[in-house]
Formats: sequence, structure tokens, C-alpha cells
Amino acid sequence: MNKLKAENINFSYNDHQILSNLDFEMESNQVIGLFGDSGSGKSTLCKILTGFIKDYEGNVLINDKIHDKGYNPVQLIYQHPEKIMNPRWKMEDVLKESWMPSDNILDEFGIKKEWFIRYPSELSGGELQRFSILRALNPKTKFIIADEITTMLDAVTQIQIITSLLKQCKENGIGLLLVSHDKKLLKRVCDKIVYLSDITD
Amino acid sequence: MSKLLEVDKLSISFSQYVKGLEQRELKVISDLTMDVNDHEILAVLGSSGSGKSLLAHAILGILPLNAKVSGSMKYKGEELTEELKEELRGKKISFIPQSVNNLNPLMKVKEQAIGYIEDESEKEKIQKKQREIFKQYDLSEEVDEMYPFQLSGGMARKVLISTALLNDPEIIIADEPTPGLDEKSVEETINNLVELKENGIGMILITHDIYTAINTSDRIAILYLGYVIEITETKNFSGHGENLLHPYTRSLYQALPENDFKLTEGHQPSYLNIPKGCPYHENCPNKTDKCDNILPELKTIGNTIVRCFNPLDGGD
Amino acid sequence: MTETNKKPNVLIPLNLRTKTLLIIVISALILVSVFLSNFLIDSSSLTSNFLNYNQAPSLEHIFGTDWMGRDMFTRTILGLGISIGVGAFASVISTIVAILLGVLSSVNVVVDEFVAAVIDLFGSIPHILLIILVSLAFGGGYYGVIMAVGLTHWTPLARILRAEIKKIKTTEYVKLANELGKSKLWIAKKHILPLIISQIIVGVILMFPHAIMHEASISFLGFGLPPHEPAIGIILSESMKYLSMGYWWLAFYPGLSLLILVLLFDVIGENVHKLLDPTSAQA
Repeated sequence: MNKLKAENINFSYNDHQILSNLDFEMESNQVIGLFGDSGSGKSTLCKILTGFIKDYEGNVLINDKIHDKGYNPVQLIYQHPEKIMNPRWKMEDVLKESWMPSDNILDEFGIKKEWFIRYPSELSGGELQRFSILRALNPKTKFIIADEITTMLDAVTQIQIITSLLKQCKENGIGLLLVSHDKKLLKRVCDKIVYLSDITD
Repeated sequence: MSKLLEVDKLSISFSQYVKGLEQRELKVISDLTMDVNDHEILAVLGSSGSGKSLLAHAILGILPLNAKVSGSMKYKGEELTEELKEELRGKKISFIPQSVNNLNPLMKVKEQAIGYIEDESEKEKIQKKQREIFKQYDLSEEVDEMYPFQLSGGMARKVLISTALLNDPEIIIADEPTPGLDEKSVEETINNLVELKENGIGMILITHDIYTAINTSDRIAILYLGYVIEITETKNFSGHGENLLHPYTRSLYQALPENDFKLTEGHQPSYLNIPKGCPYHENCPNKTDKCDNILPELKTIGNTIVRCFNPLDGGD
Repeated sequence: MTETNKKPNVLIPLNLRTKTLLIIVISALILVSVFLSNFLIDSSSLTSNFLNYNQAPSLEHIFGTDWMGRDMFTRTILGLGISIGVGAFASVISTIVAILLGVLSSVNVVVDEFVAAVIDLFGSIPHILLIILVSLAFGGGYYGVIMAVGLTHWTPLARILRAEIKKIKTTEYVKLANELGKSKLWIAKKHILPLIISQIIVGVILMFPHAIMHEASISFLGFGLPPHEPAIGIILSESMKYLSMGYWWLAFYPGLSLLILVLLFDVIGENVHKLLDPTSAQA
């Protein structure tokens, strides 16, 4: 069992305190929903947990150790998948930057091989998000932080993506933190819902 | 009830240059037919990044120059030409933009709302009215003197709505009014929009948020890959969606977490790869050979308009 | 099957892509032929011929002849060839300096501040003065001019590269690559370099016109190439003595040719830019 722990996190931006004394803990067999209003610092927390923001105070610990160099076992999936892909790369290279999943997994996410030779701007939001998730499902990943990953998608795509993601996380023992402003969605799929206001001052 | 605005077979496309100056054609709105009455909110529901906003821009006549437009629009039965659009824009037809980013960041809220008016007495009159409307929306006199960046999310929304009301519009086009707001502000915004409707305004609400659409509108037009596939009364979004006739609309409703959270296979492709025939045929459980090659025309069944050769039975 | 049409429309014979390519190819052909004719011209046509001195332009000498009876057309072409040569050498030097500084600036904040200061320092000294000083310091002549022009024209490109690298480094996809455990070198090679290469190409092409004009200016002022070379700057400065006598063609044609040469480089640069960065062609 792997453990992800954030202790005493403080972050401010331009003198504006965004997170204060945040404590959070989860294990890799859990699916936890994190709820908060927009502008409440959810995205900031996601970026801190996954190393996208580095100049914060406090510690993010994986199995009681601070991640330093190399592959980060805590991976981020983002609201806008196009922003975490180099626009000049073909999808195959984008995927391979992390790993090459088996055909089974590609099928599970409904990814067609013909998309591999396309550029990110040539795929729909749902298609891009599937790639983004696959990239995070690298065997070295222990936790996935999913920040509003279906907000820009329709409900049909939302359920497809969430279902496949949950299944893969369960099969591979990956802990999932699902962040959303949609309480109904979190209630449907999470073991437990955490309110951001409850874990900060 | 009378028809305020009719849109007939509107298509919008862009030609884009990509690397190496290859040209490609991007169809964002295809063959869109719809209308809106007074005392009515028509929600236009489509996924994000689909260029729904361009529909608003087309009605207002503010599309970019490289857009190709075909089809026609009518305002109260009169052909809506570019000249007429310009005359009505900001007056009879008003726009509530997506965010404060659409305001001039260097201008005080009050000045943007009233715009440039030379005549002093006229200006005073408008100023008084602006204050009145702002007051109705609980915007204090301090807000008048603020710059856009000083407004909070909910306040900005109110400023945008009250600005749109200044010239007594008959039609309001609201572009994504709810995302990025906290629950309370969403509710307030929805109440504000419904109130406007009750006062007689006809509104086109462009949104990707199905909750906002269901909670405000009288009818919903569902877009799929730029095609309107169904225009149905909002009350049909209830139960298990038995009265929704297009397979996509029904899957969409059933997929909502508070409903059945039911999984439907298939994925929505990119606008660059709109399939031939019915745009939904690749994912449709009821497709026939016809659907592969021929685009279904819109047809009326009861109070619903649907683009499908084999619409689902009501009450199925 | 898709309805969208990715191929150029065949009904319109010249779409933007073909047009742009055509402009680039034609301009480049002119420049190359001017440069190559340098090696092909029979130098006998440049020997003094006092029977034909100071002739106005005619079919035989379309640019006229000078006070020693030399064909001005040949001299001009040779001068342009020298200009392109000097421009090419100088641009290579400038590009190397710009890339070095651009890459250096991404090392850390202190180095970055230092690079910014160096760029500003060089940018703030009057160009001509700096070129003359550097040229003299390197002992003048070909060597001096190339070094002088080369060591003074890197500032705009260095500034662009510094900003561009900074921008790419803060993108989310580079941050992700970092969290995927990719090394700095890998990120530089795979993410950053391919994106700045187009900036470098355009930057180099657009550097040519400046380099050529400055070479001509200082040669004109007498601090550049040695007087026996048929450089455009020298041709122009010599012609000054004869202008008042009505021999206008001595300055007019060489000057005009230089102008066209410079414009051609500008045209190529702009069109290559369009090709590499299609958003600039949108409208």
C-alpha cells in the first residue's frame, strides 16, 4: 500500500494567500473526491501534489519520502489536455513521452491507432483527454490527481472516461484523487468526499 | 408569443492555415435551424470548444473576416441583414459575454456600460438608468467606479447582465453565463435570467452546462459536431429521458451522474473529422445503411424537432 | 471519410502556400545567381578602357561606365556578390553568438540577468560607431568588416531566443516532461530546440539586410573594405566626386541594386516566417 501525504502546505501568489496550513492524506486503494468552489485553490493543490508548482511551503510525501528527481509517482491529469501536450508533436510521440500501453488498454479507452499520426489540434477534447489519462497510467504511477478532467466534456464522454480511469486505477493499485465542482459526480464514483475548506484553515 | 428571431440553415466555417500554409476548412456550425419567441429561453447546448460562441457572433454580426457564413436569419419576420444587425446590436439585440475579459480593462465599469454619448442631457438620462438597473442587481455606487479586474466572479456576472439591459433589449444572447461561479452565484444568475424572461425578453442561452440549460430554459437545442440534432421542450429532460427522441440526447441525459450514470460507447470526433451522413452514425445503436451516407433533415414530431431517420419512440 | 478538405483547393490555381513558396524560390534564385555570377564574370571586362569612360547607360553598358571606362553593371554585380558574402559570414557569426547567449540565459537567474544586461548594453551603443570601432580593432579590411558586422547584429535574435526559451520552459507540457522524469538535456532537445529552430531560421534571413546595409555604410565612410574592392559602399563613395558633373548613373544603379537586394532578403524572411508560423498568415 502506498501513501500520499501533504503536510502543512502554504502557498501564496502575489501576496494573496491561496492555501493555508493544508493537510491531506490518502492511500493507493482509495478513490477520493475533492470538492471546492472555483477559485478556492483546488487547482493549485493539484499542481503542488504533482510537482507542477515547486515554490510552496510544507511537504508532499510519498511513503514518507519527498520525491526529488526522476519519474514522479504522483501524476496530474488536467482540465485542458491540450496544454500538457507539445502542439508540434504527433500523438504517438506525446504518448511515448511517458510509455506505450498495450493494445488492450488502448482499446479500453477507445483509442484508434490512426490517431497516432495526428497533431493535438486535430483531435477533439474527449480524444485528447483519453491520451492524457493513458500517459498518466504509466506503470510507475502510484497516484493520479485528476483536476476537473471532464468539465469541458459532455456527459456521455464524461462517463466513458471516468469509468475507464476508475477501472485502470483499481487494477493497477493506483490511488485516485478526483477533483471537481460537480458534487453529484463525486458522490457517484468516490469512496469519500473531502471538502477543501475542511482541510485548510 | 411571437417569433422574435428565426435562424434558417445557418452554417459557419473557417478556412485556416496550418504549418507550411496548408489550408484546411473547419465547419463549426452546420445547417442550424431554430427560433426563439418572446417570454422564452432557448438553450443551445453543445460541448466546449465547439465554437458555439460563433453562433452568437453570427447573430450579432461580429464574426471575424475569415468566417464563411451561409443561411439566413430573420428578426420579427424581417430579413436580418448586416446593416440591420449593426442597427440592432447592443440595442434590440443585446449580448451577455462569457467573462469580464470581454470588457475593456482600462475603463471604469460605469463608462463601459453607457458607452460614448456626446449629448449631455442624453448622457445624464442613460446614467440615471444605468444606476437604476445596477441597483436592481445590488450593485452599489462603488461598483460604478471600479475597473473590471476588481470585480469578483458573481459581481462581474451581474455587471455584464445589467450592462446588457441598458437599452431595453428584446432579445438577449447569453454566452456561457455560469462556469467558474460558485454555487450561490450560479443560482443567482439562473434566477436573474429566468426573471428577464418573465419580463418578456426572448433569450438564446449558449452553454455547455446541461444543468444551467435544464434549470433556465423552456426549450433546448442540442448540438452535436455543429449540427443541431434535436430541439425539445426542457420538461422532456426528466425521468429516464423517455421523451427525448434522438439517441444522443437520450444517452446524454442518462449519462448524468444524478440520473442513471449510464455508459454509452463511442466517442465524439474532432470537428476536422465530421463523418459523412448523420454526424452521430458512428456511435448510434440504431443506425441503418442510410445513416452512413445521407444527412437526415430536421423533422417535426409532436413538439420536438429531431435530425434522425429512426428517432426513438417516446416512452420507450 | 471526412468532409473537410485538407488539400489545397485545385480550383484556385495559386493558393497562399504555392504563392509563398514561389516568392521564396524566385527571390532565392535571384540572390544565388547574383552571388554565383561573381565567380563567372570575366575580369577583363573590368580593365580600364579610357576610350569608353563616363558613358551614360546604353544597350552595351546598361549601367553605364565609370571614369576609367569600366562597365558599371559588372562592377555592381561584383559589389552585390561581395555584400552577400560579407552578409553571410557576418550572419553566421551573429547567429552563433545569439544562440550561445540565448541558451546561456536559460541556465539560471543570475546568468540570465547578465545576458539581459549584455544585450541591452550592445543594443544601446549607436550601431555605426560600434561597427567602426570593432572593425578598427580587428585591423580593418575583410576580416575587420566581417567581425564588426557579425559581432554587432546578434542582439535582436538573442533577445527573441531568450524570450522564446523562457516561454517554452514555463509551458505545462515542459513541466509535465519534467515530472515524467525527463532530463534537462532531453527536454531541451525534444521540446525546446524544434520550437526555436524556426525562429533562428527567420532571424538569420532577416539579419542579412541589416548586415549588408551596415557593411555598405562603413565602406562608404571609408572604414570598411579596402578601396580596390568593387564593394557597393566604395562604388557609391567614389561616385560622389562625379555626381556634380552629371554622371548620375554611377550612384543610381548601384544604389538601386543594393536596395533591391536588401528588399529581396526581407521578402524571403517574411515569407519563410509565414510558412513556419501559419498564425502570422491568418487574416
